[in-house]
Amino acid sequence: MHHDETFPVSRRGVIAGGVASATLAAAPVARAQTQGTAQSTPPTMPVTLKVNGRTTKLNVDTRTTLLDALRENLKLTGTKKGCDHGECGACTVIVEGRRINSCLTLAVMHEGEEITTIEGLGTPEKLHAMQAAFVKHDGYQCGYCTPGQICSAVATLGEIKAGIPSHVTGDIAAQPTVSTDELRERMSGNICRCGAYANIIDAIHDVAGTERTA
Amino acid sequence: MKAFTYERATSAKEAASAAVRTPGAKFIAGGTNLLDLMKLQIETPQHLIDVNGLGLDKITPTSEGGLRVGALVRNTDLAADARVRKDYGVLSRALVSGASGQLRNKATTAGNLLQRTRCPYFYDTTKPCNKRQPGSGCAAIGGFNRNLAIMGTSEACIATHPSDMAVAMRVLDATVETVNAAGETRAIPIADFHRLPGATPNIETSLAPGELITAVTLPKPIGGTHIYQKVRDRASYAFALISVAAVIQPGGRGRLAFGGLAHKPWRVEAAEAQMPNGAKATASAVLAGARTTSQNAFKLPLVERTIGAVFEEAKH
Repeated sequence: MHHDETFPVSRRGVIAGGVASATLAAAPVARAQTQGTAQSTPPTMPVTLKVNGRTTKLNVDTRTTLLDALRENLKLTGTKKGCDHGECGACTVIVEGRRINSCLTLAVMHEGEEITTIEGLGTPEKLHAMQAAFVKHDGYQCGYCTPGQICSAVATLGEIKAGIPSHVTGDIAAQPTVSTDELRERMSGNICRCGAYANIIDAIHDVAGTERTA
Repeated sequence: MKAFTYERATSAKEAASAAVRTPGAKFIAGGTNLLDLMKLQIETPQHLIDVNGLGLDKITPTSEGGLRVGALVRNTDLAADARVRKDYGVLSRALVSGASGQLRNKATTAGNLLQRTRCPYFYDTTKPCNKRQPGSGCAAIGGFNRNLAIMGTSEACIATHPSDMAVAMRVLDATVETVNAAGETRAIPIADFHRLPGATPNIETSLAPGELITAVTLPKPIGGTHIYQKVRDRASYAFALISVAAVIQPGGRGRLAFGGLAHKPWRVEAAEAQMPNGAKATASAVLAGARTTSQNAFKLPLVERTIGAVFEEAKH
Protein backbone atom coordinates (compact mmCIF):
# COMPACT_ATOMS: atom_id res chain seq x y z
CA MET A 1 0.00 0.00 0.00
CA HIS A 2 1.28 3.43 -0.93
CA HIS A 3 0.05 6.00 1.49
CA ASP A 4 0.83 8.93 -0.79
CA GLU A 5 -1.27 7.57 -3.67
CA THR A 6 -4.29 6.98 -1.46
CA PHE A 7 -4.21 10.39 0.21
CA PRO A 8 -2.72 12.99 -2.16
CA VAL A 9 -2.79 15.71 0.51
CA SER A 10 -1.83 13.93 3.69
CA ARG A 11 -1.84 15.36 7.18
CA ARG A 12 1.69 14.05 7.46
CA GLY A 13 2.77 16.06 4.39
CA VAL A 14 1.49 19.27 5.94
CA ILE A 15 3.20 18.52 9.26
CA ALA A 16 6.46 17.56 7.55
CA GLY A 17 6.38 20.89 5.66
CA GLY A 18 6.05 22.74 8.92
CA VAL A 19 8.96 20.89 10.46
CA ALA A 20 11.11 21.54 7.40
CA SER A 21 10.67 25.31 7.66
CA ALA A 22 11.47 25.20 11.38
CA THR A 23 14.64 23.24 10.59
CA LEU A 24 15.71 25.81 7.99
CA ALA A 25 15.40 28.61 10.49
CA ALA A 26 17.46 26.69 13.05
CA ALA A 27 20.11 25.48 10.61
CA PRO A 28 22.69 28.29 10.97
CA VAL A 29 22.73 27.82 14.75
CA ALA A 30 23.21 24.06 14.40
CA ARG A 31 26.11 24.60 11.98
CA ALA A 32 27.76 27.05 14.33
CA GLN A 33 27.55 24.57 17.20
CA THR A 34 29.01 21.81 15.08
CA GLN A 35 31.98 23.96 14.08
CA GLY A 36 32.54 25.11 17.64
CA THR A 37 32.78 21.62 19.13
CA ALA A 38 34.41 20.01 16.06
CA GLN A 39 31.93 17.11 16.19
CA SER A 40 32.40 14.38 13.62
CA THR A 41 29.54 12.96 11.56
CA PRO A 42 27.51 10.40 13.55
CA PRO A 43 28.34 6.79 12.54
CA THR A 44 26.08 5.19 9.93
CA MET A 45 25.55 1.54 8.94
CA PRO A 46 23.99 -0.17 5.94
CA VAL A 47 21.01 -2.40 6.76
CA THR A 48 18.59 -4.40 4.63
CA LEU A 49 15.03 -4.35 5.97
CA LYS A 50 12.34 -6.74 4.71
CA VAL A 51 9.11 -4.98 5.51
CA ASN A 52 5.73 -6.33 4.39
CA GLY A 53 7.44 -8.51 1.78
CA ARG A 54 9.45 -5.68 0.28
CA THR A 55 13.24 -5.50 0.67
CA THR A 56 14.90 -2.10 1.04
CA LYS A 57 18.56 -1.27 1.54
CA LEU A 58 19.13 1.68 3.82
CA ASN A 59 22.10 3.50 5.27
CA VAL A 60 21.08 4.71 8.72
CA ASP A 61 22.55 6.55 11.67
CA THR A 62 23.24 3.70 14.11
CA ARG A 63 20.90 5.39 16.60
CA THR A 64 17.88 4.93 14.33
CA THR A 65 15.24 2.81 16.02
CA LEU A 66 13.25 0.34 13.95
CA LEU A 67 10.26 2.64 14.54
CA ASP A 68 12.02 5.67 13.09
CA ALA A 69 13.35 3.66 10.14
CA LEU A 70 9.80 2.52 9.33
CA ARG A 71 8.30 5.98 9.65
CA GLU A 72 11.05 8.31 8.47
CA ASN A 73 13.05 6.21 5.99
CA LEU A 74 10.40 3.88 4.58
CA LYS A 75 7.51 6.35 5.04
CA LEU A 76 5.35 3.63 6.59
CA THR A 77 3.62 5.96 9.00
CA GLY A 78 0.92 3.51 10.08
CA THR A 79 3.15 2.47 12.97
CA LYS A 80 2.85 5.18 15.61
CA LYS A 81 5.25 6.78 18.07
CA GLY A 82 3.60 7.23 21.45
CA CYS A 83 5.86 7.19 24.50
CA ASP A 84 9.01 6.02 22.63
CA HIS A 85 9.94 4.01 25.77
CA GLY A 86 8.05 0.71 25.41
CA GLU A 87 5.28 1.68 27.78
CA CYS A 88 2.33 2.39 25.44
CA GLY A 89 2.54 -0.20 22.65
CA ALA A 90 1.57 2.23 19.84
CA CYS A 91 4.73 1.19 17.94
CA THR A 92 3.99 -2.56 18.05
CA VAL A 93 5.03 -4.43 14.90
CA ILE A 94 5.53 -8.12 14.17
CA VAL A 95 9.13 -9.24 13.60
CA GLU A 96 9.84 -12.86 12.64
CA GLY A 97 6.33 -13.72 13.82
CA ARG A 98 6.68 -12.01 17.21
CA ARG A 99 5.16 -8.71 18.33
CA ILE A 100 7.72 -6.24 19.68
CA ASN A 101 7.99 -2.55 20.56
CA SER A 102 9.70 -1.09 17.49
CA CYS A 103 10.79 1.95 19.54
CA LEU A 104 13.05 -0.16 21.79
CA THR A 105 15.13 -1.82 19.11
CA LEU A 106 17.63 -0.50 16.58
CA ALA A 107 17.04 -0.79 12.84
CA VAL A 108 20.55 -2.24 12.39
CA MET A 109 19.60 -5.13 14.70
CA HIS A 110 17.05 -6.41 12.14
CA GLU A 111 19.20 -7.17 9.09
CA GLY A 112 17.18 -9.43 6.78
CA GLU A 113 14.41 -10.17 9.29
CA GLU A 114 10.74 -10.39 8.22
CA ILE A 115 8.90 -7.35 9.55
CA THR A 116 5.13 -6.86 9.32
CA THR A 117 3.52 -3.50 10.03
CA ILE A 118 -0.15 -2.51 9.96
CA GLU A 119 0.29 -1.71 6.25
CA GLY A 120 1.32 -5.33 5.65
CA LEU A 121 -1.62 -6.90 7.47
CA GLY A 122 -4.32 -5.54 5.18
CA THR A 123 -5.22 -2.76 2.77
CA PRO A 124 -8.21 -0.37 2.68
CA GLU A 125 -9.66 -2.59 -0.08
CA LYS A 126 -8.90 -5.88 1.63
CA LEU A 127 -8.85 -5.53 5.40
CA HIS A 128 -7.24 -8.12 7.66
CA ALA A 129 -9.88 -9.92 9.73
CA MET A 130 -8.66 -8.10 12.85
CA GLN A 131 -8.89 -4.70 11.14
CA ALA A 132 -12.45 -5.51 10.01
CA ALA A 133 -13.36 -6.62 13.54
CA PHE A 134 -12.01 -3.38 15.04
CA VAL A 135 -14.23 -1.45 12.59
CA LYS A 136 -17.25 -3.65 13.31
CA HIS A 137 -16.89 -3.39 17.11
CA ASP A 138 -15.81 0.26 17.19
CA GLY A 139 -12.50 -0.72 18.77
CA TYR A 140 -11.04 2.80 18.71
CA GLN A 141 -11.86 6.48 18.99
CA CYS A 142 -8.95 8.71 17.98
CA GLY A 143 -7.20 5.78 16.27
CA TYR A 144 -3.66 6.61 17.35
CA CYS A 145 -3.08 3.39 19.32
CA THR A 146 -5.03 1.28 16.80
CA PRO A 147 -2.21 0.04 14.48
CA GLY A 148 -0.28 -1.13 17.55
CA GLN A 149 -3.42 -2.64 19.09
CA ILE A 150 -4.19 -4.56 15.89
CA CYS A 151 -0.63 -5.88 15.41
CA SER A 152 -0.57 -6.85 19.08
CA ALA A 153 -4.00 -8.53 18.87
CA VAL A 154 -3.04 -10.59 15.81
CA ALA A 155 0.16 -11.75 17.54
CA THR A 156 -1.68 -12.39 20.82
CA LEU A 157 -3.98 -14.94 19.19
CA GLY A 158 -0.88 -16.54 17.66
CA GLU A 159 0.80 -16.71 21.07
CA ILE A 160 -2.23 -18.42 22.65
CA LYS A 161 -2.37 -20.89 19.74
CA ALA A 162 1.37 -21.58 20.17
CA GLY A 163 0.72 -22.50 23.83
CA ILE A 164 2.62 -19.58 25.38
CA PRO A 165 1.30 -19.12 28.95
CA SER A 166 0.34 -15.83 30.58
CA HIS A 167 0.08 -14.47 34.10
CA VAL A 168 -3.60 -15.48 34.30
CA THR A 169 -3.24 -18.97 32.82
CA GLY A 170 -4.65 -21.28 35.50
CA ASP A 171 -2.55 -24.37 34.87
CA ILE A 172 0.82 -23.11 33.66
CA ALA A 173 1.60 -26.47 32.03
CA ALA A 174 -1.71 -26.65 30.08
CA GLN A 175 -2.66 -25.22 26.68
CA PRO A 176 -4.04 -21.69 27.27
CA THR A 177 -7.44 -20.74 25.82
CA VAL A 178 -8.89 -17.51 24.40
CA SER A 179 -10.74 -16.12 27.42
CA THR A 180 -11.54 -12.51 28.28
CA ASP A 181 -9.10 -12.62 31.21
CA GLU A 182 -6.36 -13.96 28.94
CA LEU A 183 -6.93 -11.24 26.33
CA ARG A 184 -6.97 -8.44 28.92
CA GLU A 185 -3.72 -9.67 30.46
CA ARG A 186 -1.96 -10.28 27.16
CA MET A 187 -2.98 -6.90 25.72
CA SER A 188 -1.76 -4.94 28.77
CA GLY A 189 1.24 -3.61 26.83
CA ASN A 190 -1.09 -1.56 24.59
CA ILE A 191 -2.55 1.56 26.15
CA CYS A 192 -5.67 3.28 24.75
CA ARG A 193 -6.16 6.76 26.19
CA CYS A 194 -9.66 6.91 24.70
CA GLY A 195 -10.55 3.81 26.72
CA ALA A 196 -11.86 1.61 23.90
CA TYR A 197 -10.71 -1.50 25.75
CA ALA A 198 -14.10 -3.23 26.02
CA ASN A 199 -14.66 -2.96 22.26
CA ILE A 200 -11.08 -4.03 21.50
CA ILE A 201 -11.67 -7.18 23.56
CA ASP A 202 -14.93 -7.79 21.62
CA ALA A 203 -13.08 -7.40 18.32
CA ILE A 204 -10.40 -9.93 19.29
CA HIS A 205 -13.02 -12.38 20.56
CA ASP A 206 -14.85 -12.02 17.24
CA VAL A 207 -11.74 -12.97 15.25
CA ALA A 208 -11.02 -15.89 17.59
CA GLY A 209 -14.64 -17.11 17.38
CA THR A 210 -15.08 -16.82 21.15
CA GLU A 211 -17.30 -14.67 23.39
CA ARG A 212 -16.63 -12.11 26.11
CA THR A 213 -17.31 -13.58 29.53
CA ALA A 214 -17.13 -10.54 31.80
CA MET B 1 20.72 9.48 22.28
CA LYS B 2 24.50 9.93 22.02
CA ALA B 3 26.15 8.67 18.84
CA PHE B 4 27.83 5.25 18.92
CA THR B 5 29.52 2.78 16.62
CA TYR B 6 28.04 -0.72 16.26
CA GLU B 7 29.33 -4.19 15.49
CA ARG B 8 27.81 -7.67 15.30
CA ALA B 9 29.82 -10.20 17.29
CA THR B 10 30.20 -13.72 15.93
CA SER B 11 31.61 -15.52 18.99
CA ALA B 12 31.26 -15.04 22.75
CA LYS B 13 35.01 -14.74 23.26
CA GLU B 14 35.30 -12.22 20.42
CA ALA B 15 32.43 -10.20 21.93
CA ALA B 16 34.19 -10.15 25.31
CA SER B 17 37.49 -9.13 23.65
CA ALA B 18 35.80 -6.30 21.77
CA ALA B 19 34.23 -5.08 25.01
CA VAL B 20 37.61 -4.91 26.75
CA ARG B 21 39.37 -3.39 23.73
CA THR B 22 36.85 -0.67 22.86
CA PRO B 23 36.40 2.32 25.19
CA GLY B 24 32.82 2.84 26.35
CA ALA B 25 31.59 -0.44 24.85
CA LYS B 26 28.43 -2.26 25.93
CA PHE B 27 26.78 -5.49 24.86
CA ILE B 28 23.29 -5.26 23.41
CA ALA B 29 20.89 -8.24 23.21
CA GLY B 30 17.16 -7.50 23.55
CA GLY B 31 17.98 -3.86 24.19
CA THR B 32 14.64 -3.10 25.82
CA ASN B 33 16.22 -1.58 28.93
CA LEU B 34 19.49 -0.33 27.43
CA LEU B 35 17.87 1.68 24.61
CA ASP B 36 15.32 3.12 27.04
CA LEU B 37 18.22 4.39 29.17
CA MET B 38 20.23 5.56 26.16
CA LYS B 39 17.35 7.73 24.99
CA LEU B 40 17.46 9.46 28.38
CA GLN B 41 21.28 9.65 28.23
CA ILE B 42 21.51 7.70 31.48
CA GLU B 43 23.51 5.13 29.52
CA THR B 44 25.88 6.66 26.95
CA PRO B 45 27.88 3.84 25.34
CA GLN B 46 30.28 4.86 22.58
CA HIS B 47 30.17 1.42 21.02
CA LEU B 48 27.55 -1.34 20.95
CA ILE B 49 28.42 -5.01 20.51
CA ASP B 50 25.34 -6.83 19.22
CA VAL B 51 25.46 -10.35 20.69
CA ASN B 52 22.21 -11.58 19.11
CA GLY B 53 24.08 -13.68 16.54
CA LEU B 54 26.00 -15.79 19.07
CA GLY B 55 23.58 -18.74 18.95
CA LEU B 56 23.15 -18.74 22.74
CA ASP B 57 19.40 -19.21 22.35
CA LYS B 58 18.93 -22.88 23.24
CA ILE B 59 17.64 -24.62 26.37
CA THR B 60 19.47 -27.92 26.81
CA PRO B 61 19.53 -30.61 29.52
CA THR B 62 22.62 -30.73 31.79
CA SER B 63 24.39 -33.91 32.85
CA GLU B 64 23.18 -33.22 36.42
CA GLY B 65 19.53 -33.47 35.36
CA GLY B 66 18.93 -29.71 35.20
CA LEU B 67 18.62 -27.23 32.35
CA ARG B 68 21.12 -24.90 30.75
CA VAL B 69 19.34 -21.78 29.52
CA GLY B 70 21.27 -19.87 26.86
CA ALA B 71 21.88 -16.20 27.62
CA LEU B 72 19.83 -15.15 24.56
CA VAL B 73 16.74 -17.27 25.26
CA ARG B 74 13.88 -14.75 25.16
CA ASN B 75 11.73 -14.38 28.28
CA THR B 76 8.69 -15.63 26.30
CA ASP B 77 10.51 -18.77 25.17
CA LEU B 78 11.85 -19.57 28.62
CA ALA B 79 8.38 -19.15 30.18
CA ALA B 80 6.81 -21.31 27.44
CA ASP B 81 9.36 -24.15 27.48
CA ALA B 82 7.51 -27.38 28.36
CA ARG B 83 10.28 -28.55 30.71
CA VAL B 84 10.32 -25.23 32.56
CA ARG B 85 6.53 -25.18 32.89
CA LYS B 86 6.53 -28.73 34.26
CA ASP B 87 9.57 -28.75 36.58
CA TYR B 88 10.32 -25.08 37.29
CA GLY B 89 6.83 -23.59 37.39
CA VAL B 90 7.90 -20.76 39.68
CA LEU B 91 10.20 -19.52 36.90
CA SER B 92 7.49 -19.58 34.23
CA ARG B 93 5.11 -17.82 36.62
CA ALA B 94 7.67 -15.15 37.50
CA LEU B 95 8.49 -14.49 33.84
CA VAL B 96 4.90 -14.03 32.71
CA SER B 97 4.19 -11.70 35.63
CA GLY B 98 6.86 -9.30 34.36
CA ALA B 99 6.72 -6.56 31.69
CA SER B 100 4.40 -6.87 28.66
CA GLY B 101 4.05 -9.45 25.90
CA GLN B 102 5.99 -7.24 23.50
CA LEU B 103 8.89 -6.78 25.95
CA ARG B 104 9.05 -10.46 26.92
CA ASN B 105 9.37 -11.35 23.23
CA LYS B 106 12.57 -9.32 22.98
CA ALA B 107 14.08 -9.40 26.49
CA THR B 108 16.69 -12.09 27.08
CA THR B 109 17.61 -14.26 30.06
CA ALA B 110 20.97 -12.53 30.60
CA GLY B 111 19.56 -9.07 29.90
CA ASN B 112 16.80 -9.60 32.45
CA LEU B 113 19.46 -10.24 35.12
CA LEU B 114 21.33 -7.09 34.06
CA GLN B 115 18.42 -4.66 33.87
CA ARG B 116 18.78 -1.49 35.92
CA THR B 117 16.59 -0.29 38.77
CA ARG B 118 13.43 1.71 38.01
CA CYS B 119 14.00 4.03 41.00
CA PRO B 120 12.47 7.34 39.79
CA TYR B 121 15.59 9.30 40.78
CA PHE B 122 17.85 7.00 38.76
CA TYR B 123 15.71 7.97 35.76
CA ASP B 124 15.58 11.69 36.60
CA THR B 125 18.85 13.23 35.38
CA THR B 126 18.07 16.52 37.15
CA LYS B 127 18.34 14.79 40.57
CA PRO B 128 21.28 13.30 42.47
CA CYS B 129 21.69 9.52 42.27
CA ASN B 130 24.73 7.58 43.47
CA LYS B 131 23.93 4.76 41.09
CA ARG B 132 23.78 7.00 38.01
CA GLN B 133 26.44 9.49 39.12
CA PRO B 134 28.63 8.10 41.93
CA GLY B 135 29.09 10.56 44.80
CA SER B 136 26.19 12.82 43.84
CA GLY B 137 23.93 11.66 46.69
CA CYS B 138 20.62 9.85 46.95
CA ALA B 139 17.45 11.82 46.27
CA ALA B 140 15.30 8.78 47.01
CA ILE B 141 16.09 8.48 50.74
CA GLY B 142 14.36 11.76 51.53
CA GLY B 143 12.11 11.70 48.47
CA PHE B 144 9.35 9.59 46.96
CA ASN B 145 10.35 6.10 48.05
CA ARG B 146 7.12 4.18 48.52
CA ASN B 147 8.25 1.40 46.19
CA LEU B 148 11.90 1.26 47.27
CA ALA B 149 13.96 -1.17 49.32
CA ILE B 150 13.70 -2.02 53.01
CA MET B 151 16.35 -4.77 53.20
CA GLY B 152 20.11 -4.53 52.67
CA THR B 153 19.95 -0.79 51.98
CA SER B 154 22.77 1.70 52.55
CA GLU B 155 23.13 5.44 53.11
CA ALA B 156 24.04 5.65 49.42
CA CYS B 157 21.10 3.81 47.82
CA ILE B 158 17.69 2.29 48.55
CA ALA B 159 16.92 1.11 45.00
CA THR B 160 15.27 -2.24 44.30
CA HIS B 161 16.18 -4.76 41.62
CA PRO B 162 13.15 -4.83 39.29
CA SER B 163 13.35 -8.38 37.93
CA ASP B 164 10.75 -11.07 38.62
CA MET B 165 12.73 -13.74 36.76
CA ALA B 166 15.81 -13.24 38.96
CA VAL B 167 13.73 -13.84 42.11
CA ALA B 168 12.65 -17.23 40.77
CA MET B 169 16.24 -17.99 39.70
CA ARG B 170 17.31 -17.22 43.28
CA VAL B 171 14.76 -19.58 44.83
CA LEU B 172 15.89 -22.29 42.38
CA ASP B 173 19.62 -21.73 43.17
CA ALA B 174 20.54 -21.04 39.54
CA THR B 175 24.12 -20.48 38.39
CA VAL B 176 25.27 -17.76 35.97
CA GLU B 177 27.89 -18.90 33.43
CA THR B 178 30.24 -16.36 31.87
CA VAL B 179 33.21 -16.04 29.54
CA ASN B 180 35.87 -13.32 29.44
CA ALA B 181 38.19 -11.91 26.79
CA ALA B 182 40.84 -14.56 27.55
CA GLY B 183 38.27 -17.28 26.92
CA GLU B 184 38.12 -18.21 30.62
CA THR B 185 34.74 -19.37 31.89
CA ARG B 186 33.24 -18.84 35.34
CA ALA B 187 30.15 -20.15 37.17
CA ILE B 188 28.66 -17.63 39.59
CA PRO B 189 25.95 -18.75 42.06
CA ILE B 190 22.94 -16.45 41.62
CA ALA B 191 23.20 -15.55 45.32
CA ASP B 192 26.57 -13.91 44.61
CA PHE B 193 25.70 -12.44 41.22
CA HIS B 194 23.85 -9.29 42.32
CA ARG B 195 25.43 -7.02 44.94
CA LEU B 196 24.03 -4.97 47.79
CA PRO B 197 24.47 -1.22 47.23
CA GLY B 198 26.94 -0.43 50.04
CA ALA B 199 29.02 2.63 49.13
CA THR B 200 29.12 1.73 45.41
CA PRO B 201 25.54 1.25 44.19
CA ASN B 202 26.79 1.91 40.64
CA ILE B 203 28.39 -1.58 40.71
CA GLU B 204 25.42 -3.91 40.57
CA THR B 205 26.84 -7.33 39.76
CA SER B 206 30.00 -9.37 40.30
CA LEU B 207 30.78 -9.36 36.56
CA ALA B 208 34.22 -8.07 35.59
CA PRO B 209 34.50 -5.49 32.78
CA GLY B 210 33.91 -7.23 29.44
CA GLU B 211 32.73 -10.48 31.07
CA LEU B 212 29.82 -11.89 29.06
CA ILE B 213 27.00 -14.09 30.36
CA THR B 214 26.65 -17.19 28.18
CA ALA B 215 24.00 -19.16 30.10
CA VAL B 216 22.06 -19.62 33.30
CA THR B 217 21.97 -23.16 34.67
CA LEU B 218 19.09 -24.56 36.70
CA PRO B 219 19.88 -27.46 39.07
CA LYS B 220 17.83 -30.64 38.76
CA PRO B 221 14.14 -30.19 39.67
CA ILE B 222 13.32 -30.16 43.40
CA GLY B 223 9.60 -30.96 43.10
CA GLY B 224 7.18 -29.24 45.46
CA THR B 225 4.46 -26.69 44.78
CA HIS B 226 5.69 -23.73 42.74
CA ILE B 227 4.11 -20.32 43.37
CA TYR B 228 5.00 -16.78 42.31
CA GLN B 229 2.87 -14.20 44.08
CA LYS B 230 3.36 -10.63 42.86
CA VAL B 231 1.69 -7.71 44.62
CA ARG B 232 1.53 -4.51 42.57
CA ASP B 233 -0.47 -1.33 42.10
CA ARG B 234 -2.26 -2.58 38.97
CA ALA B 235 -3.12 -6.07 37.80
CA SER B 236 -0.71 -6.24 34.87
CA TYR B 237 2.41 -4.59 33.45
CA ALA B 238 3.70 -3.04 36.70
CA PHE B 239 6.72 -3.59 38.90
CA ALA B 240 6.28 -5.45 42.18
CA LEU B 241 5.64 -3.68 45.47
CA ILE B 242 6.71 -7.04 46.78
CA SER B 243 6.81 -10.49 45.23
CA VAL B 244 7.33 -13.96 46.68
CA ALA B 245 8.80 -16.89 44.77
CA ALA B 246 8.04 -20.09 46.66
CA VAL B 247 8.74 -23.79 46.34
CA ILE B 248 6.83 -25.56 49.08
CA GLN B 249 7.24 -29.22 49.94
CA PRO B 250 4.70 -31.48 51.67
CA GLY B 251 4.74 -30.67 55.40
CA GLY B 252 5.26 -26.96 54.75
CA ARG B 253 9.03 -26.85 54.41
CA GLY B 254 10.54 -25.20 51.39
CA ARG B 255 12.20 -22.12 49.96
CA LEU B 256 11.21 -18.47 49.63
CA ALA B 257 12.78 -15.57 47.73
CA PHE B 258 11.49 -12.00 47.50
CA GLY B 259 11.35 -9.21 44.96
CA GLY B 260 10.71 -5.54 45.72
CA LEU B 261 12.55 -5.72 49.05
CA ALA B 262 16.18 -5.14 48.16
CA HIS B 263 18.88 -4.20 45.67
CA LYS B 264 19.01 -7.89 44.74
CA PRO B 265 16.62 -10.84 44.85
CA TRP B 266 16.22 -11.33 48.61
CA ARG B 267 16.49 -14.73 50.23
CA VAL B 268 17.25 -15.63 53.84
CA GLU B 269 17.91 -19.36 53.91
CA ALA B 270 17.94 -19.43 57.74
CA ALA B 271 14.41 -18.01 57.82
CA GLU B 272 13.10 -20.95 55.78
CA ALA B 273 13.32 -23.15 58.89
CA GLN B 274 10.39 -21.08 60.23
CA MET B 275 8.09 -21.94 57.34
CA PRO B 276 6.26 -24.78 59.14
CA ASN B 277 5.61 -22.30 62.00
CA GLY B 278 3.53 -20.04 59.78
CA ALA B 279 3.64 -16.70 58.01
CA LYS B 280 4.24 -14.49 61.05
CA ALA B 281 7.30 -16.43 62.25
CA THR B 282 8.65 -16.68 58.71
CA ALA B 283 8.14 -13.00 57.88
CA SER B 284 9.73 -11.96 61.14
CA ALA B 285 12.86 -14.00 60.34
CA VAL B 286 13.01 -12.76 56.73
CA LEU B 287 12.62 -9.11 57.74
CA ALA B 288 15.19 -9.02 60.56
CA GLY B 289 17.21 -5.82 60.17
CA ALA B 290 14.65 -4.08 57.94
CA ARG B 291 15.06 -0.32 57.51
CA THR B 292 11.91 1.40 56.36
CA THR B 293 10.89 4.95 55.48
CA SER B 294 7.57 6.57 56.35
CA GLN B 295 6.37 5.69 52.85
CA ASN B 296 7.46 2.08 52.48
CA ALA B 297 6.91 0.69 56.01
CA PHE B 298 3.70 -0.86 54.63
CA LYS B 299 5.91 -3.50 53.03
CA LEU B 300 6.51 -5.15 56.45
CA PRO B 301 2.91 -6.31 57.01
CA LEU B 302 2.53 -6.86 53.26
CA VAL B 303 5.36 -9.40 53.29
CA GLU B 304 3.71 -11.33 56.14
CA ARG B 305 0.31 -11.31 54.44
CA THR B 306 1.72 -12.34 51.08
CA ILE B 307 3.65 -15.21 52.68
CA GLY B 308 0.36 -16.19 54.34
CA ALA B 309 -1.42 -16.13 50.98
CA VAL B 310 1.33 -18.27 49.44
CA PHE B 311 1.14 -20.83 52.27
CA GLU B 312 -2.64 -20.94 51.86
CA GLU B 313 -2.36 -21.44 48.10
CA ALA B 314 0.16 -24.25 48.60
CA LYS B 315 -2.44 -26.22 50.58
CA HIS B 316 -4.80 -26.43 47.57
